[in-house]
Amino acid sequence: MSTHTWALLSNRAVATAAVIYFLALLSHLVEWASLLGQRSVSADERALVNAGDVADVPLEAPAGVPAAEEARIERTALFSRLGYLLTCLAAIVHLGAVVCRGIAAGRVPWGNMYEFTLAGTCIVALAYVLLYARLKLAWMAPIVVAFVLVVLMVGVLVLYTPVESLSEALHSYWLVIHVISAALATGAFTLGGIASGIYLAKRRWPDAERGWMSRVPSLATLDRVAYRIHAFGFPLWTFAVLITGPIWAHQAWGSYWNWDPKEVWAFITWVVYAGYLHARATAGWKGRNAAILALVGLATLWFNFIGINYFSTTSEHSYAGLPAHGAVVVQRAGV
Amino acid sequence: MTPRTDLMEEEQPVAPIRELSAREFARWTWRQLTSMRTALVLLLLLALAAVPGSLIPQENLDSVKTTNWQAAHTTLTPIYRRLGMFDVYGTPWFAAIYILLMVSLVGCIVPRLGVYWRAMRAQPPAAPRNLSRLPDSATYTTSESAAEVTARAEALLRKGRYRLRRAPAGAATGSGEVAAERGYLREAGNLLFHLSVIVVLVGFAVGSLFGYKGGVIVLVGDKYGFSNELTQYDDFSPGSLFRPSMLNWFDLHIHDFHVDWVDSGPQQGMAQGFKSQIRYEDSPTGTMKSYNLEVNHPLDIGGTEVFLIGHGYAPEVTVRDGKGNIAFSGPEVFLPENQSFLSFGVVKAQGAKPSQLGLEGLFYPSEITLNGQPVNVTGDIGDGTNAMLSLQVWKGDLGLDNGPQSVYSLDTSKMTMVAAPGGKAWNLRVGQTATLPNGLGSVTFDGITRWNKLQISQTPFKHVALSGVVLALIGLLGSLFVRPRRVWVRARETADGTLVEVAVLDRSGADEDAAVATDLVARLQGRAEEEPS
Repeated sequence: MSTHTWALLSNRAVATAAVIYFLALLSHLVEWASLLGQRSVSADERALVNAGDVADVPLEAPAGVPAAEEARIERTALFSRLGYLLTCLAAIVHLGAVVCRGIAAGRVPWGNMYEFTLAGTCIVALAYVLLYARLKLAWMAPIVVAFVLVVLMVGVLVLYTPVESLSEALHSYWLVIHVISAALATGAFTLGGIASGIYLAKRRWPDAERGWMSRVPSLATLDRVAYRIHAFGFPLWTFAVLITGPIWAHQAWGSYWNWDPKEVWAFITWVVYAGYLHARATAGWKGRNAAILALVGLATLWFNFIGINYFSTTSEHSYAGLPAHGAVVVQRAGV
Repeated sequence: MTPRTDLMEEEQPVAPIRELSAREFARWTWRQLTSMRTALVLLLLLALAAVPGSLIPQENLDSVKTTNWQAAHTTLTPIYRRLGMFDVYGTPWFAAIYILLMVSLVGCIVPRLGVYWRAMRAQPPAAPRNLSRLPDSATYTTSESAAEVTARAEALLRKGRYRLRRAPAGAATGSGEVAAERGYLREAGNLLFHLSVIVVLVGFAVGSLFGYKGGVIVLVGDKYGFSNELTQYDDFSPGSLFRPSMLNWFDLHIHDFHVDWVDSGPQQGMAQGFKSQIRYEDSPTGTMKSYNLEVNHPLDIGGTEVFLIGHGYAPEVTVRDGKGNIAFSGPEVFLPENQSFLSFGVVKAQGAKPSQLGLEGLFYPSEITLNGQPVNVTGDIGDGTNAMLSLQVWKGDLGLDNGPQSVYSLDTSKMTMVAAPGGKAWNLRVGQTATLPNGLGSVTFDGITRWNKLQISQTPFKHVALSGVVLALIGLLGSLFVRPRRVWVRARETADGTLVEVAVLDRSGADEDAAVATDLVARLQGRAEEEPS
């Protein structure tokens, strides 16, 4: 198959994955709606919910429950499973899209913003699918799926670029190391941010007995899950931004730290997450303040990825625009 | 910058209001500065202070853009200038934040080094009197003797890399206790991380104070070249403590230059890879050396690094004036405007008579005419037959007496255009000559030379900064993932058998204490079941 065919296949796969994600989202929304019709949760169930064993909430109706209630519980369980299965399928198709894109380009498929978005959302989706059972992430489902779908669509609609060879500076094995670590960290911070966001919501309605909030684990569990995911992401981000980034920048542009806007914002993100871990370690800042700080960090992370491009065109990280030598600016005095 | 230690400081009783002596004030200031809350605020302040530099154009990053921005914002510019907004990362207020942060860091770390040193030498603390009061504890009864239980607990804990308290207190017969602690490396990692941050800052500071970064465009060919002297640079940004004597001597020229062009697909005509064959001498008496310079493969000459960051074309032009004298001859650097190397440039023939001549226009590496318009197809000039120079010719005063001006722009305010027959621009192929009207002279397009943009820089201490970050990462991993934990086992023989109490205290808040306690109990008992009693 030619480059063109592979690229086309990748685009088709992205479209297919998006449709399946959408179906998964619909399924989870039905699940939510069904939960809203729930009457007061029985004491047994609540105990389990508070223990954080969300995936293990007894989905078979307890004895003595009216038939309508039984049907409702079955419906909730059905759509929850359906949503998860659809998400798995979508994630596999999504992975296929990333692989096809890589084959089409003849290199790692994260050479520009579109490809990074494609690969980054794929990492988030796969991480969610793989950790679903282990970390009992069922409560996260609609948010993760909605996030992946929206970001993927933004990537397709706003950032899409045809398959192209890389600008010279990107021809380096650091492309693999630097970008993978940055993408993994971005995925981790995003999942961590979602956990922190839900923490804040849960804090607002701590005793919700109906609807989706009742399925969310306890505050302490949320806080701990968020911390663990962030603690995993932070060293990766350090590695990407403060080790591989400068080494590569030094090789390609001749200076390891240029105060380039992308670098500055990556640094800002690093500092905010350092503040988060630090604040958490100092005991006083667990919970609400830490969660807010984590969300600020997530905002800087995504602003750096997408937003900064609208403010600054001088960034050496702007792959879509002119090649590096297009920006050659020389001021020679006189003739 | 550190957990736990200064919680006590923050809870100090409020002193009655009175005048502070200078010494007390200094003490108070130092306390405040080295408190963790201040460190945290400074850290977040540093993030906040870095923001404007990414949104407002910075002079040392892109001076042209900065100048344009300043021209467009006449009200804000003087205010921003006073605040140093065009060089945020070099301003005193930015420096103040990170210097304060560093002082705060040192103030936090140094005392903790001592604390850690003592903790390393101290024994794990003895078991609290009432183990069942600890949040995570377990008890069971066994028929074994207390000595058997404690011996097994010691063996198990030692295997789990716990440090045991020597000579447990209360070693009376009929009871025994084990106190163990692990995870000392967490604090070590923490300290290593913070010390490394200081190393990084020092490395970075030395690099930016004593280093420099310069750029130069060098024409390809053995007759052109570059010597490492200040005057040879096109742009030069030294650190504030840099002295020209720190430039080390070398001399280089670009012997040959090769570009791979993309010949199909949507990026057809763009450069894919390029490499230069450099010949250089690193001492006046040395021998000529050779190096293949590529993007991502810099050349290191005695600590000075040479990077290939761009390339382009320099059309060779000869301008003859009205009297037939050569007023300008040679390659003139044209700057690429897009990825297919359509390039813009200016030729200034200052000595032309009767009037000075200025040429400005575009160079098409490979031109075809579509609907009467010249279109550039690719950046590859091939054999040069499709290369075209399209110039506007101006006569009059170049304005060179009014101070320095860029070689890439023509000030036409005191000049008049010399129109070509049938159009504005004079289009020339290689070898063609345009004869200007009214005896002004002629312009010949002789050939094409290539150029390379080199970036040359010296960054002392860069390895110090890098090692600092690597050490910081190692320390970080230690401080995040090492779990400090204390375990106590107490066995007491009673009438109903030996009562064993196990308690676990995890100091990292990882919430695994209960699991650890259960596991330890199971293993203590599990072994007991295997052995016939």
